[in-house]
Amino acid sequence: MRELTYNEAALEAVAEEMRRDSKIFYMSTDALPPLLNEFGPQRIKATPITEAAFTGIGIGAAGCGFRPIVDWRQVTFCFVAMDQIVNQAAKIHYMFGGQVTFPLLFRAAVGGGGLVAAQHSQSPYSMFMNVAGLKMFLPSTPYDMKGLLKTAIRDNNPVISFESSRLMGRKGPVPEEDYAIPLGQADVKREGRDVTVVALAWLVHEALAAAEALDKEGVSVEIVDPRSLVPLDAETICNSVRKTGRLVIADEAGPTAGFSAEIAAVVAEDAATFERLAAPVKRVCALQVPIPYSPVLENHVFPDRNRIIAGIREVLDAKGPARAV
Amino acid sequence: MSLSPNLPPDKQREMLHQMLMIRRFEERASADYLAGKIYGVVHCYIGEEAVAVGVCSTLKRDDRIISTHRGHGHCIAKGADLNRMMAELYGRQTGYCKGKGGSMHIADFDIGMLGANGIVAGGISIITGAGLAAQMEGKGGVAVSFFGDGASNAGPFHECLNIAAAWKLPMIYVCENNMYAAQTAAAVTHSLSDVAARAVGYGIPGVVVDGNDIFAVYQATNRAVERARAGEGPTLIECKTYRWRAHTERRGQPDPRDPAEIEAWKGRDPITRLERQLRDQGHLDDAGLRRMEADVMRVLEAAVTFAEASPFPLPEQATDDVFAA
Repeated sequence: MRELTYNEAALEAVAEEMRRDSKIFYMSTDALPPLLNEFGPQRIKATPITEAAFTGIGIGAAGCGFRPIVDWRQVTFCFVAMDQIVNQAAKIHYMFGGQVTFPLLFRAAVGGGGLVAAQHSQSPYSMFMNVAGLKMFLPSTPYDMKGLLKTAIRDNNPVISFESSRLMGRKGPVPEEDYAIPLGQADVKREGRDVTVVALAWLVHEALAAAEALDKEGVSVEIVDPRSLVPLDAETICNSVRKTGRLVIADEAGPTAGFSAEIAAVVAEDAATFERLAAPVKRVCALQVPIPYSPVLENHVFPDRNRIIAGIREVLDAKGPARAV
Repeated sequence: MSLSPNLPPDKQREMLHQMLMIRRFEERASADYLAGKIYGVVHCYIGEEAVAVGVCSTLKRDDRIISTHRGHGHCIAKGADLNRMMAELYGRQTGYCKGKGGSMHIADFDIGMLGANGIVAGGISIITGAGLAAQMEGKGGVAVSFFGDGASNAGPFHECLNIAAAWKLPMIYVCENNMYAAQTAAAVTHSLSDVAARAVGYGIPGVVVDGNDIFAVYQATNRAVERARAGEGPTLIECKTYRWRAHTERRGQPDPRDPAEIEAWKGRDPITRLERQLRDQGHLDDAGLRRMEADVMRVLEAAVTFAEASPFPLPEQATDDVFAA
């Protein structure tokens, strides 16, 4: 199968959908050249650097029958549009009694690794998961990127495509034919027996490397990539944990009230899964600090394959909750 | 009072009818709020009716508007159904938002009313998106943003005037300058006495009109609408007006304004002024006015009866419409 980068897969999804549906148009600061060349400035709009304004403009156009794509570039820049995201986009369909739909795609790069310090290395998806009315996903492969982005563009709700900065240039197989991946469907990236690792984006690849290393010691690691954050495929996660009895959660964001906390809660709340836990849940996350600049500091803050291995060893050695027999 | 534009007497009487409808609706909403039949918060527009009716009288059904937290007047002027409005205030299933919005969030997309909005300046970018939609639809539609003097100090006002001017969007920005942002006088928060003067900074026309003179509002808006339909871009219209009541209807709400100032503005009542002019021109007599008042009260009583007879939502409907299908 041919290979595309993560970034190329995203652009291909956008271009294919724009060819299919003339109601789709694109707004970002600086027009993306390949899209601009094909679709022209009427549909590929270069905006002033005013995320608050063009996020709201996207909402309004969506309510009038268009299907805007609002590209914030980096998630950092969407914070000036928080009123439009939280007070307007997330609530407007519900608050008006479901009168009209607001088909709207937001794109935002997340994560670190670029040595660009605190403002440009953020992974704030759990902030948005906390807001009812927004769907969102964070893919780990070019294949997932294209399939999820196509679904998101066809969805009749505001959807945020979180995209990993670290993975932009990473290649992977992407079929030529049309396909779409539903939101709310996790993917088991590797099957295993002894421990489940739930990981997102770049950490899926780190978890795969950790699994390879541990395989040599006879430890069988299962890796579940939720892909979609809202809706979340709790069933696939719980099924895996029921099988392995052990759970490590790897996330590039900090742990506090984060995605990792949500996964731990989902597993702990499900009686059939909780009773199969043979060890406490382990989270392998970024340190809860703003992301620092110097490589020595940045590397210290982010989790990687070594920390995932350490986390797996910890749950393999640990004892489960004491239970009455 | 401006001379009556070249409008048929029926249309002029209809404008008076709409202003009376707004006033009586809000008098009833206030009374029912204080009686505990309407919940949360109610913001009255009484005293400013000439702005909504003067502006909306220049629009077609397909043209779109957006409103503020003080939105009843804009809804009625754009042609909203009184029954569904009152039912929404009563929190009933038959309301515009199925009881999920209340006074601050009434919308009717079928008539181009894109919603009242509880965030000051929150609607300006959304309606600018409707202006972009109108431009892309290419059918000569326009979009009108209603907002107050308070919103004119917020970022979205400036960002959107700039984008609308740069993209020549068919927009009319109507600032209802009632001289107070909640309880704070505009004189304290504005560097210039005229909001319209800010238009110069964006290279668009800025017009100041007497917002209690419905024909002045109508004529200024008509020029702006013609300019917008012709593809020449946006206009900022500042309507100098005054709200007779406190910021909200809440009992004990502080109102720091000088009672003499309030009384002086009541002497410039936009309804009395139009009524007098129609009489002077022979377009209205005592019997005609009585019929008009009776008709307004009949429609209003029917709306209250409809609201009171309507069922409350079922509790479990709280989870409907978070996402569209």
